[in-house]
Amino acid sequence: MTEIITFFKGLTGTGYLFLILTALTLFSAIGVVTARNPIYSVLALIATFFCLSGHYILLNAQFLAAVNIIVYAGAIMVLFLFTIMFLNLRKDDEESKTNLTKMASVIVGGLLMVMLITIFRAKSAQVPTVSSTTPFNSKTGLVETLGNLLYSDYILPFELASVLFLIAMVGAVMLGKRETGDRHF
Amino acid sequence: MDLTVLLVKGGIILAIFGISLLIATYSTYAERKVAAFLQDRLGPNRAGPWGLLQPIADAGKLFFKEDFIPSQASKSLFILGPCLAMLTALMSSAVIPFGDSIRFVWDKVNYEVNVQGIEINIGVLYIFGVVSLGVYGVMVGGWASNNKFSLLGAIRAASQNISYEIALGLSLIAILMMSGSLSLRAIIDEQASFFEWNIFTQPLGFVIFLTCSFAECNRTPFDLPECETELVGGYHTEYSSMKLGLYLFSEYINMFVSSAFVSALYFGGFHYPFINEVNAALEKSMGAIAGHNVATVIGIAVFFSKIFFFIFFFMWVRWTLPRFRYDQLMNLGWKTFIPLAILNVVITGAGLLYNFKYATWLIAIVMIVLAVMSTARAPKREAIPQRTV
Amino acid sequence: MQLTTRSKQVSNKEMTLAEKMYLPAVISGLAITISHFFRKKPTIQYPEVKRYLGPIYRGHHILKRDEQGRERCTACGLCAVACPAEAISMVAAERKKGEENLYREEKYAAVYEINMLRCIFCGLCEEACPKQAVYLRHDLMVPVFLERDEVIYGKDRLVENMDDRYIRVANPEVNATPTEPSLTRAAT
Repeated sequence: MTEIITFFKGLTGTGYLFLILTALTLFSAIGVVTARNPIYSVLALIATFFCLSGHYILLNAQFLAAVNIIVYAGAIMVLFLFTIMFLNLRKDDEESKTNLTKMASVIVGGLLMVMLITIFRAKSAQVPTVSSTTPFNSKTGLVETLGNLLYSDYILPFELASVLFLIAMVGAVMLGKRETGDRHF
Repeated sequence: MDLTVLLVKGGIILAIFGISLLIATYSTYAERKVAAFLQDRLGPNRAGPWGLLQPIADAGKLFFKEDFIPSQASKSLFILGPCLAMLTALMSSAVIPFGDSIRFVWDKVNYEVNVQGIEINIGVLYIFGVVSLGVYGVMVGGWASNNKFSLLGAIRAASQNISYEIALGLSLIAILMMSGSLSLRAIIDEQASFFEWNIFTQPLGFVIFLTCSFAECNRTPFDLPECETELVGGYHTEYSSMKLGLYLFSEYINMFVSSAFVSALYFGGFHYPFINEVNAALEKSMGAIAGHNVATVIGIAVFFSKIFFFIFFFMWVRWTLPRFRYDQLMNLGWKTFIPLAILNVVITGAGLLYNFKYATWLIAIVMIVLAVMSTARAPKREAIPQRTV
Repeated sequence: MQLTTRSKQVSNKEMTLAEKMYLPAVISGLAITISHFFRKKPTIQYPEVKRYLGPIYRGHHILKRDEQGRERCTACGLCAVACPAEAISMVAAERKKGEENLYREEKYAAVYEINMLRCIFCGLCEEACPKQAVYLRHDLMVPVFLERDEVIYGKDRLVENMDDRYIRVANPEVNATPTEPSLTRAAT
């Protein structure tokens, strides 16, 4: 008990913020899987993204935070919501939750958990403690630094990713294209 | 940052909050007045002198109406919808730099505080993110109403916002390329001299940006989410009382923020022609501190007059243009604005490469020439003989 | 038959590029609306400013008296028959001895009521009256009523006051009268 009290006393303001944000993140992330209504689930997911953006800001990565909100919370989740709104939520889809799917999901989830634990326990994944020999660069997460990195050291992966997006876009157009004689309406 | 600066900053934030609420309140009055004047009427003029108390009367009416929640609606989301709309609307004015800086001496220490809520170096991205969240209020409210018209309104709002956000962002990128910064203050300072205002260097980007902000604010001619002729009231069909009031109010706050954003990005923000001469004269005659502060106040006034012009412009357009059809809206967004915006980015980049800022006029000139040619070459419309009755 | 000179024939021809850009049309539309912005407004602010009503305006009903102050109405009921809205009702009575200075004819209306919610101010009662007793005033409107029992106007509110006789001349509240009406048969 005293350990906990001293731990809380030793925290700075940022530490408290981190704790609150983490609690919120976990809470809304649990909400995503437990919510029975898909709409609530999606809204909880949006809240999770927000909390994650808060974490990015705490890590001084403002650009990443803003992009996370714009792309994930602002665009992708809108599309999710858009699609789910078309679903008929009155109908119970119990038949889709057979024992087989339940077992499969348990196995996949368990494997993922084992994998994550292994990764966290690995020596190479340990977060390096801030020491005086490696001064913390507060500008790491800023736009300028990120842009310089992306367009110098990581130019090839960056451009490859953009090509990947282009392929995905072309593929979507191809799929969505109306073929001759094919009428949807 | 010590306490004095923090206090002044808090005062500025409160002032910005209050002013955006006040402007939104009186925008409702202005909307009715402008609509009336454009239609040869007088508008509200009974509550107070020139009807100035009309917003208060409206708010009182909305507060005292029955707050009705449909029995089949999802209650928590039904309440969350207008809250979200209001929240996202109010959040965005935080990063707009309304003026230069205020200098003061306190306890023999010189201070200089910028007239801006939060100073972050990604101001543009912040606003863009918050604006993109604005659609949630509409979507959640429309879905939670459990009404087909509301749902259709919400879905229209979602697809419209996503479509126009892309063109909005692409037209912004051209500006970001010219200023080399995501900070709104840096973008404004870039436009210090009159002919470097982005309206002169980015005419096409301005047109795209303005049109897209109309669509983002769900204003006519893009007010399809609340299209009365087709969807009763659109996403707020089931809303009444102050929940409806919050929706309507958030629309006006969005309008204010969009106007501020447009004037900051394209019309030099708080800069005006001969600002340096005026500032130098003021500082010479009134001393460095008082002169600078007076110059800042003039800058704020200039910025607000630009904002008011754009709010007026929003209303002017609303009462001039009819609503777009939905396929026209989508065609305009995807087939016209996005390619044009990409072209704009490319031409701006080429111009920057050769140090020529006004390169995008090329597109504008080509478009004008093509338009004139097409009009000249178009076959004369034969008048179809009038049917005799 | 042409109803307006401003009609335009609609055509389905493909739009030219200039038309597809919408901008020229948008700008011309904005110019049209802004020209209306500065135009003089034709609104008449009613309770403060009153419009000239004209000498033939049909307003508040009045039951006339003759020059000796006797009620002209003889309760023949022709006005009630003529009334398309069936707003008029009356009860007739016989004139007693000694009432000759009150009623002009031997029969008079003991009760004469007009339901102002029904009345459409068509003026047919005025036309039907053989005794020139009922008129619709041109200078006074029926006021707005707030209670239901105010709606039916009896003789107390309809019969002419001898101190303030009604003559069909111009409305005194407006100074300009384009056509000064000649005194009609009402001015008895």
